[in-house]
Amino acid sequence: MPATIVETNTKKLKRKDIDPITLDIIENAMMNARYEMDAVVFRTAMSPGIREQNDMFPMIANLEGKMVVGQFGSFIHGFKEAYDGSIEEGDLFLTTDPYACNGAISHINDWLLLRPIFKDGRLIAYAAMFGHMTDVGGKVPGSLPTDAREIFEEGIRVPPLKIFKKDELQTDVLELILHNSRMPTWNRSDFNALVAAMRTAEKRVIEMAERFGDDEYYSALDELLARNKRAMAKLIKDTVPEKKQHFEDYICDDGLGMGPYRIKCAMWRDKGKVIFDFEGTDPQSISSINFYLNEEMFKMFCGVYMIMVFDPQIMFNDGFYDLMEVHIPNGTLLKPREPAALSCRTHALGRIFDVLGGLLGQGDPDFLAGAGFSDSPHFMYSGYDKNGEWYQLYSIGFGGIPGKPSGDGPDGHSLWPSFTNVPNEFLESYFPLRIESYETITDSGGAGYNRGGNGLRMGYCFLEPGTISIHDDRWLTYPWGVNGGEPGRRSEKILKRADGSTERMPSKCDRIVVSAGDILYFNTWGGGGCGDPFKRETERVEFDVRAGLVSVEGARRYGVVMNADLTVDEKKTKALRARMTKQRGKVKMFDRGGEIAELKKRCKKETGLDAPRQPEFQAWALKYLEDQPKVKGRVKVARG
Amino acid sequence: MPYRLGVDVGGTFTDLILVDEKSGSIHTAKVPSTPADSSIGVMNGVAKICDNAGIDPSGISQVMHGTTVATNTVLTGSGAKVGLVTTKGYRQVLQIARSYVPGGLGGWVIYNKSAPLAPLSCTIEVDERMGADGAVVRDLNEKSVIRELKKLKKENIEALTISLINSYANPAHEKAVEKLAKQVLPGVPVSLSYDVVPEMQEYERTITTVANSYVRPKVADYVKNLERKLKASMKDVKLHILRSDGGMASAKVAQSLPVNLLMSGPAGGVSGAVWVAKQAGFQNLLTFDMGGTSTDVALVQDSKAQLRRETTVGDVTVRASSVDVRTVGAGGGSIAHVPELTGALRVGPESAGAEPGPAAYNKGGELPTVTDANVVLGYLPSEVRLGGDMEIRRDRAEKAIAPIAKALGISVKRAAAGIIDIVNENMYGALRLVSVEQGFDPRDFALIGFGGAGPLHANALGRLMNSWPVIIPPGPGVLCAYGDATTRVRDEASRTFIRRFGKTSPAELVRIYQQLSNKALKTLEKEGVPKSERSISYEADVRYAGQGLQLTVDFDIKKLKSKGLSVIGDPFDEMHAQLFTFALEADKEIVNVRAVAQGKSAEIDSKKATRSGSRTPVAAAKIGVSKVFMEGKDMDANLYRRDQLKAGNKIEGPAVVLEMDSTTVILSGHTGNVDKFGNILIAPSA
Repeated sequence: MPATIVETNTKKLKRKDIDPITLDIIENAMMNARYEMDAVVFRTAMSPGIREQNDMFPMIANLEGKMVVGQFGSFIHGFKEAYDGSIEEGDLFLTTDPYACNGAISHINDWLLLRPIFKDGRLIAYAAMFGHMTDVGGKVPGSLPTDAREIFEEGIRVPPLKIFKKDELQTDVLELILHNSRMPTWNRSDFNALVAAMRTAEKRVIEMAERFGDDEYYSALDELLARNKRAMAKLIKDTVPEKKQHFEDYICDDGLGMGPYRIKCAMWRDKGKVIFDFEGTDPQSISSINFYLNEEMFKMFCGVYMIMVFDPQIMFNDGFYDLMEVHIPNGTLLKPREPAALSCRTHALGRIFDVLGGLLGQGDPDFLAGAGFSDSPHFMYSGYDKNGEWYQLYSIGFGGIPGKPSGDGPDGHSLWPSFTNVPNEFLESYFPLRIESYETITDSGGAGYNRGGNGLRMGYCFLEPGTISIHDDRWLTYPWGVNGGEPGRRSEKILKRADGSTERMPSKCDRIVVSAGDILYFNTWGGGGCGDPFKRETERVEFDVRAGLVSVEGARRYGVVMNADLTVDEKKTKALRARMTKQRGKVKMFDRGGEIAELKKRCKKETGLDAPRQPEFQAWALKYLEDQPKVKGRVKVARG
Repeated sequence: MPYRLGVDVGGTFTDLILVDEKSGSIHTAKVPSTPADSSIGVMNGVAKICDNAGIDPSGISQVMHGTTVATNTVLTGSGAKVGLVTTKGYRQVLQIARSYVPGGLGGWVIYNKSAPLAPLSCTIEVDERMGADGAVVRDLNEKSVIRELKKLKKENIEALTISLINSYANPAHEKAVEKLAKQVLPGVPVSLSYDVVPEMQEYERTITTVANSYVRPKVADYVKNLERKLKASMKDVKLHILRSDGGMASAKVAQSLPVNLLMSGPAGGVSGAVWVAKQAGFQNLLTFDMGGTSTDVALVQDSKAQLRRETTVGDVTVRASSVDVRTVGAGGGSIAHVPELTGALRVGPESAGAEPGPAAYNKGGELPTVTDANVVLGYLPSEVRLGGDMEIRRDRAEKAIAPIAKALGISVKRAAAGIIDIVNENMYGALRLVSVEQGFDPRDFALIGFGGAGPLHANALGRLMNSWPVIIPPGPGVLCAYGDATTRVRDEASRTFIRRFGKTSPAELVRIYQQLSNKALKTLEKEGVPKSERSISYEADVRYAGQGLQLTVDFDIKKLKSKGLSVIGDPFDEMHAQLFTFALEADKEIVNVRAVAQGKSAEIDSKKATRSGSRTPVAAAKIGVSKVFMEGKDMDANLYRRDQLKAGNKIEGPAVVLEMDSTTVILSGHTGNVDKFGNILIAPSA
């Protein structure tokens, strides 16, 4: 049964013609409202995850539930289909279950709030927002167990329910949920912050409807959606070829010693539509690296990337959705069946952007950048301090933005919008640790005409005994370079014990016991290079060497020979570049630093860690995949 | 007799105002600015104003000056080569910054980050470590410091910043490095992060101190030069520079802490607006300062401008208090365009600037700007000119806007009206940001419009905000000079003190505040402010324990002694509820504590306009009729000369009022009343 919308005013809203200026004004006002939602949460949330890293995402949708402003696309249609109840004035919905909202959120830590906005008894819009909670219970602090086999191990799962009814908080429900968290105070405050943002959105929407008229506001939102569709139709025609493009990338391991897992996608244009087909993606994992990918969200990612180059001022919305078709086979890593574990989906979520970049870039070189910092590696540290007080840190890592056609990638930055690092002095004054080093890793960015950004080395010195968790990737496969650009350096984690011994840490692990004086070096990866490094202006190479971002030895990757005083030896450089250019031969579109088989073979020697085993898939999942209808025109690709 | 002089150096004119401190009477003067060396213009102005007033320059005891030297140094990238000393492991603190990529999802695709203000090639690490509690973890290795400093000597740095981890908790190592730096790098000005901003957060503290070093030599040269010239004719004159927070700093303090001057210019405008509005009887106002490329807005409550603990210039954001001025990239020169892809009408952020300028100015500009739209609509009349410096060509403006009209499928006039609507909407967004979004109701505020283009748009903004009256003061430059002349000497001392309320004893807090107030008052003493004129106030930055942003609460220290921390906590809860609709039961914590010392402000009278017995302006004031396009219709608007208007005159809209450096539009359905100070107060017609 789909949801029933209860309105006390049954007069239908009317479509009216909106002049172009009014339309632009409403577009502007909608964008302001969205940024205000962000600002409200940012200022009132408590957990560093939301506060400093802005791990939350707002949306305002029209009354049909189509996103008019926001970032991650609308899930409201799917929600309405699945929710067997009423939607009434004064309701505020909460869910934390990815399986109940078709993957609008992708793990339980994300709390999703949805508010239907009523004016004079009529539904006129929706506001929604989700944010990452530091802890929602489950088997490990932080609620992201790397070895979970089922979603039941990952904390308390809240189905869609009304956390406010007639604007009254359902205290019993909230208390029940918070009772399951290790960090109830932060959760409560973050929840309050999200609610405040909903209220802000509601206020602004009603103000707009009052200012322009209900019918006008309703019509303007429709026209904004239509305008986006027209723009995107043009863009698809100009940038997506009819010829099928393929691209694949990997998640290095699953935390259980198996990997890599393949994400594969084909893209082509057919009668003005662009089609994405994830056929060939590996079956779902038995561990928690599955990423429940919402098709609409993927369309949004794709649209945003395409349009960023052409009209960055545009307000992005759902209008173009029927120009895209996305096929994700059920039972794969990207569409696992309930109750598959999902908590460590962050790697696949990030990697999707590398896949997208690789696909779009083949059709239009304006888009082709190196592989990026396609992840948000997690680090967790928790325990009881000497006063018996519980401390629990969850933080996100930063790395190399890829070289891209518009210039070098920044060093130690984020793929995600509005993420910021947590000041180390803040960490040191609130947690029992000291950050001994906080620097980018020389030469870790891929060489290219535009350099990939360097990865980051963070040295955590622990001052109290406790346990740590690590969630990371790209330790086996390389962040690839493009059009002659080289791959960036891979990630690594080294634990230096207080007794002087060192251990290589796997990229995904939980409950590692640490003592006071132990230091963890968490080294993230560099971005892939973009374009021919032998053509990079020598003064740019010299600048990087003098800055210490590239070493004298590393400059040779650009064919540049440095003098002792850190100036360029132009003559030797010219000769070296000529020789290296000849040796290299034809420039490759993608440089992955080797095929999977080779990488596995060199694994132990290069990384100090055992190569992962070939993944074992569940028999039912393989059969399930075989039995599904395929997209017309697909090409069967043999498994490697 | 002692006189005080306020000086504002604008792009075109230098405005001066001379105040007789005894009688409160004033004189004003306007001379052309001399951008190559603005002190020449200032001295020309001094000669002129003394001549007007019939006094000898030696009678001037104080000169108060707002300057954009620091701002322009950052904007044009012409600052010093700065060396930076960091803790081992933190050399790239500026390179990494906050790891922030602007522009939303996929924003990195077009984001190119600029190099840090202190080049990495001039950044060194020293071996030492402080803990977050201020205890020494590793001693400073002095040998390594000297070795590293010698490297900087080779780089020929012009200024040095020392910013070590956790120095806010204990500056001993920074001070030790400073001592060595003075030996190794004699003559290089050194800034310590502990002196500039002794607060937690290593990136913010470092960038703020580096920015200080970056602008320091330029500002010092400018201030020294001006002071020398002034002293040549006014022997014992004291030069004061306006700070970003609207206070005054002595020439000496300004030279060593110039990071506090980055918003000196806009602060002058806001201070002037506050003063003018107060005279006219308004204490709650929104300031709206629209120039050629950008617009600054701020909110003033009870004649006090809101302050912010942050200053942004270009892409540099530093931790320094400034008047909470929000800037949008929308001004008279903003260019309108219709991207082919979306067919939407966009205005800005690109600007035609002064060169080539709007198409109507006929100086080579061809792209349609906001100014061109104002010309097409008749708000900037092409037929009549005052001052005679700028030709206005309506045909050029129409030609520039024609392609926009074509792309939108509407007439040129409607396209021009659309451009104005869109740019007004952008500025409306900024005004909402400082008012509605901070929990203030704009209907409780008047709106004061100034700057080159402010009076053209102020009436429309007043209507969008529902803020009345709209105040148009006479002469935008004079306004800033008023601001300079009427502000007070100010200094603040602060430190980070993170402590939960439950664990804080009021007595300890009072002791810390005492130390801070001594430090701040000392500055006033040095500035020669008599004891009877010094005042001190206390502030705390507070948040719920573990929360993100803190709010600043000011409180009565006597009550802190008697009533405890609720004197700080209760107002915090109220502010939190006003801003965010809820307060929490959670424990609160103090983050930073601050004492603010101020001198007394000058009591001066505003220049009064001549009173007229009639509500109708004199015949000489009306100089013609302009065809305007307003509310979607062609209308006739009366044109007036501002200098012929008298107090008590009433002007019915649509009307356009001209003066030498600005033009005021009064919309149809609105009336402008000239008050006794010559301000035009616009409100909807009764």
